[in-house]
Amino acid sequence: MLCQNCQKRVANIQYTQIVNNNKHVMYLCEQCAREEGKFISGSPLSINDFFSGMMGFSVRPSVTEQQLICDKCGMSYEEFKKVGKLGCENCYKVYGDKLMPILKRLHGNIQYNGKLPKRVSENVKVSKEIDALKEQLNIAIKSEEYEKAAEIRDKIRALEKNSV
Amino acid sequence: MKGWYIEKGPESDVVMSSRVRLARNFKDYPFPFKMNMEEGEKVIKRVKDAVLNSSTATCDYEFIDMLNMEPIDKQILVEKHLISPNLMAGRVACGAIISKDEKVSIMINEEDHLRIQCLFSGLQLDKAWELCDKVDSLLEENIDYSFSEKFGYLTCCPTNLGTGIRASAMLHLPALTMTGYIRGMLEICGKLGIAVRGIYGENSEALGNLFQISNQITLGQSEEEIINNITNIGNQIINQERMLRAEMYKQNPSRFEDKIYRSLGILSNARIISSEESFKLISDVRLGVDMGIIKNIDSTKLNEILLNIQPANLQKNFDKILSPDDRDIKRAEMIREKLS
Repeated sequence: MLCQNCQKRVANIQYTQIVNNNKHVMYLCEQCAREEGKFISGSPLSINDFFSGMMGFSVRPSVTEQQLICDKCGMSYEEFKKVGKLGCENCYKVYGDKLMPILKRLHGNIQYNGKLPKRVSENVKVSKEIDALKEQLNIAIKSEEYEKAAEIRDKIRALEKNSV
Repeated sequence: MKGWYIEKGPESDVVMSSRVRLARNFKDYPFPFKMNMEEGEKVIKRVKDAVLNSSTATCDYEFIDMLNMEPIDKQILVEKHLISPNLMAGRVACGAIISKDEKVSIMINEEDHLRIQCLFSGLQLDKAWELCDKVDSLLEENIDYSFSEKFGYLTCCPTNLGTGIRASAMLHLPALTMTGYIRGMLEICGKLGIAVRGIYGENSEALGNLFQISNQITLGQSEEEIINNITNIGNQIINQERMLRAEMYKQNPSRFEDKIYRSLGILSNARIISSEESFKLISDVRLGVDMGIIKNIDSTKLNEILLNIQPANLQKNFDKILSPDDRDIKRAEMIREKLS
């Protein structure tokens, strides 16, 4: 069969359009289909299709999994499983645990190590500093250097006060 | 003609263009596919305010409303790589802010609220990242991003999570393709976490020997590491390609030149030509130009032709809707004219 558009090349794509319940079928060659933008949606197989498999979803989700729903955007567990995308930032809190295996597989290292928004960077700097001080405090206590420990404790308090 | 098409960046005999894009989302708004019209419009307005009214913006920007745009004009932007096919098919309010020099394009309500992309000619990923970073910081002054200390920038799809960065280079690799060494290269790239795909054409076939390499990992590495990684691999591919080009020429100069000049002959004389055939022949001619065999044609001229043979740009040039048969005729006409 020849392409209905150019009447030159062999048609190897069937393009079905449904408008107002009327089914309209066209037979096109690959080139016409591409030029006419008949498969605009991009590749027929998207990465999201692989997600549910990669995420290790159980075939029969437990009752608690079925009831999972994002209270901000309303993304349900079923939908999340199907599209492999998140609906809003809150979804990362709701589905965070389920995402971990796939994030590890996609990225390997899952500790964020990139740019910090200016407003966040100050806070992050302080909280990292506090973490480091807390570690020092533990060491000081273990080695029974109580004077030093008190000093560190005061530093932590001062930092915590400022960051709030 | 604007942007990378008319410029010649470093390593432009192999690398056509470099692109960096960042994915960003607003705090307190659902991601675009979960948004209603009103939320979509609010996001657009806030981005417009942040960019167009900013006193620190370094270049001139223009807002493009995708909802009130003719399909052919959208397709032109896609063919120029200024917007994605995804934005073109967008269902909620979406738009783009594009700089006058076409180096910066900010897509609004694509898969994420913001997709900031910078396009440079040749291999200049560092420059593209620098500019992207600047535009991002400018937006951040007025917009609260969705960000977590643990995951970085939160994105709709987990493949972009973290830095939200995608750094890519468009490479012209005729010698690697002709010798078949491309297969080994694809394999190595895959092992190194680098995606390779053809730019035009479907599936694995790369029309016109044009390939795009890009990072797959966005979390765990810093932006600079990612940029350096792609740049380094790009440089190695460039060296391979150049070596093979020289070797192929050395082995049989007449045959090599014959192939190139035959392709030039068809391009400058054909009366009917498909886009597929043009891509192929332009690749041969570009190889000749980049190796200094053809001297009276500039590679920027070939970039111009490459853009104009695509359906939307071609029809816009002749200012009418053309049937596929007419397109093949007009395409040949346009190429002849540009090469004369």
